[in-house]
Amino acid sequence: MPQEPAERRVVVTGPPRRARPTSGYYRPRTEIDEQTTLGHTYVRSLMRIQLRTGLTVFAVLALLVGPLPLVFAAAPDARRLEWAVLGFGLYPPLVLLARWYVRRAERNERDFVRLVEDR
Amino acid sequence: MNSAYAVTAVALVAVATVLVGAFGLRISRTTSDFYVASRTVGPRLNAAAISGEYLSAASFLGIAGLVLVQGPDMLWYPVGYTAGYLVLLLFVAAPLRRSGAYTLPDFAEARLSSHAVRRLAGTLVVGVGWLYLLPQLQGAGLTLTVLTGAPDWLGAVIVAVVVTVIVAAGGMRSITFVQAFQYWLKLTALLVPALFLVIAWQSDGAPSHAFDEPAEFREQRVVRVDDTVDLRLTAPLTVTVDGTVDGLAHKDAEVALPAGTHRIDGGTRLTFAEGSEVPVTGNGADDALSPSRAESRAERPLYATYGLILATFFGTMGLPHVVVRFYTSPHGVAARRTTVAVLGLIGAFYLLPPVYGALGRLYAPELTLTGDADAAVLLLPGRMIGGTGGDLLGALVAGGAFAAFLSTASGLTMAVAGVITQDVLPSRGVRHFRLGTVLAMVVPMAASIIVGGLPVADAVGLAFAVSASSFCPLLVLGIWWRRLTPPGAAAGMLVGGGSAFLAVAATMAGYPGAGPWHALLAWPALWSVPLGFLTMVLVSLATPGRVPPGTAAVLARFHLPEELRTEVSA
Repeated sequence: MPQEPAERRVVVTGPPRRARPTSGYYRPRTEIDEQTTLGHTYVRSLMRIQLRTGLTVFAVLALLVGPLPLVFAAAPDARRLEWAVLGFGLYPPLVLLARWYVRRAERNERDFVRLVEDR
Repeated sequence: MNSAYAVTAVALVAVATVLVGAFGLRISRTTSDFYVASRTVGPRLNAAAISGEYLSAASFLGIAGLVLVQGPDMLWYPVGYTAGYLVLLLFVAAPLRRSGAYTLPDFAEARLSSHAVRRLAGTLVVGVGWLYLLPQLQGAGLTLTVLTGAPDWLGAVIVAVVVTVIVAAGGMRSITFVQAFQYWLKLTALLVPALFLVIAWQSDGAPSHAFDEPAEFREQRVVRVDDTVDLRLTAPLTVTVDGTVDGLAHKDAEVALPAGTHRIDGGTRLTFAEGSEVPVTGNGADDALSPSRAESRAERPLYATYGLILATFFGTMGLPHVVVRFYTSPHGVAARRTTVAVLGLIGAFYLLPPVYGALGRLYAPELTLTGDADAAVLLLPGRMIGGTGGDLLGALVAGGAFAAFLSTASGLTMAVAGVITQDVLPSRGVRHFRLGTVLAMVVPMAASIIVGGLPVADAVGLAFAVSASSFCPLLVLGIWWRRLTPPGAAAGMLVGGGSAFLAVAATMAGYPGAGPWHALLAWPALWSVPLGFLTMVLVSLATPGRVPPGTAAVLARFHLPEELRTEVSA
């Protein structure tokens, strides 16, 4: 994979952590950096909670959308309902679900950073 | 419709596109600018660009045409196109950006460190990209033909030339501006006429039977059938015929047709009385932009609906022009926020095509018979408002339609050219990228001219099904499952994508004419997506020794927030 110069631009953010006094006895951050088994456990825990968040929202989506074709097939006279739901009604819940997910995912990441930086 | 206005509008859109592209060119300097706009595109600009790129001819013209012909069931298309982005957000968006790769093949190689998988993914990207480019070019031809009577190939050539010039000249940076501009252009081009149409509908007494099934004629209407079609009547119908029906020639005679299927020969003129039901056409109507040829809704509509939902929900994340855009976000958090903005933007856009579809059922129901249903959006302003106002609004819509062809085609060309440059041509310089651009456009261009009248329309549905059964498993398992192996990924992509491709190709070739097999093959997503996932998982489990050694570090890079990443990626 090409290493393009833009990659360096991203790196220089946040407080200078190297200068911070290290607490000596317990540093999850180092475990992750040095790819120890403990470090991998931390990454795994983050992946698990992010996946659970994604699956939760996906389950809500499936429950919301999944039964609709059955409903429309069961009530063929409810054409106006079908127009309203498919034409307009589904978009607001989709956007709300997306916003909810992003808030949860960003909070998961903040919690994780706080955990491993031991703040 | 006055074609002078429409031609002016199309020309204006093409010129404005080149100008906006040139503006981007002035700040496009490095190779990185070229491929990923140096990854500095903020969420709002990027979201408008993604939406602009995503809303293709199928969205702009096709959905209204489908709704006009087949009723509200077809509204699942825009819902699926939108929800696809939600699924992409949930499982792919941020890790994909953090993977730091340029394209899908790059992702495959970074995750699995296998050159063979990279090659396979590259082949699939080019294939899906070309499949998706084909209907864009053909749609452009159709639009120009409907508006001006120009030959079929002209619109395709215009789109191909403009797109090649912009992409080859400015790369991703310039494309970003072009597409952001075209999102707002498309929204305006559909919103403003829609407002006028709704006002016209209100002053007409707001008739609302468009929502009832089936559609009926509001006034006596003469319909000229250009191509031979089969009509399916659910009830007996009396119609005045001038031409040939069911092999019998009539001359301005009133004919009582019993319920059932009737063949109307090309060139026949039918006069429908006020209030008579609009018949449903069987296979034979030429709806060039709609993927309806492969499906037969009358058989197993529930299965077809679920197949459609699955293909669009899971197919979006694998479309090459969608994926490549996420690499232009500055970081994973921005990639997520961008996706939310995209959902809002395309959701807002998709409120409009149903309006055109419903009004089309009221005011232009005969389009279902003439085979020009995709032109409903273009013809409605002239039909409902008329005069200079109608012409101007029609020209606005025509310009928007052209923006739709241009933006989707340029995004696809960008993605395909990126893969060709990196995997086929020897070096990665800007000059080779330009050569790759020409290659990326020449093939679908030639195909669209050669296959001309064939039902390539199904290519859109085919692209979604193939993408959902090959790239979706690769992305989702690659990001969340640490035991994925290169043989597993390759087998899953081949079996899932390959079977979906073969199934739809068989349907298009007309292999099993009817019955449950037909539905299974026409909508493969319902079985091919699980098949792709299953193959990938089973083969990976069977080859545990082939898990790439760096997997843990790679997954850490995908998932750790950027602020923790410095040392890990170094």
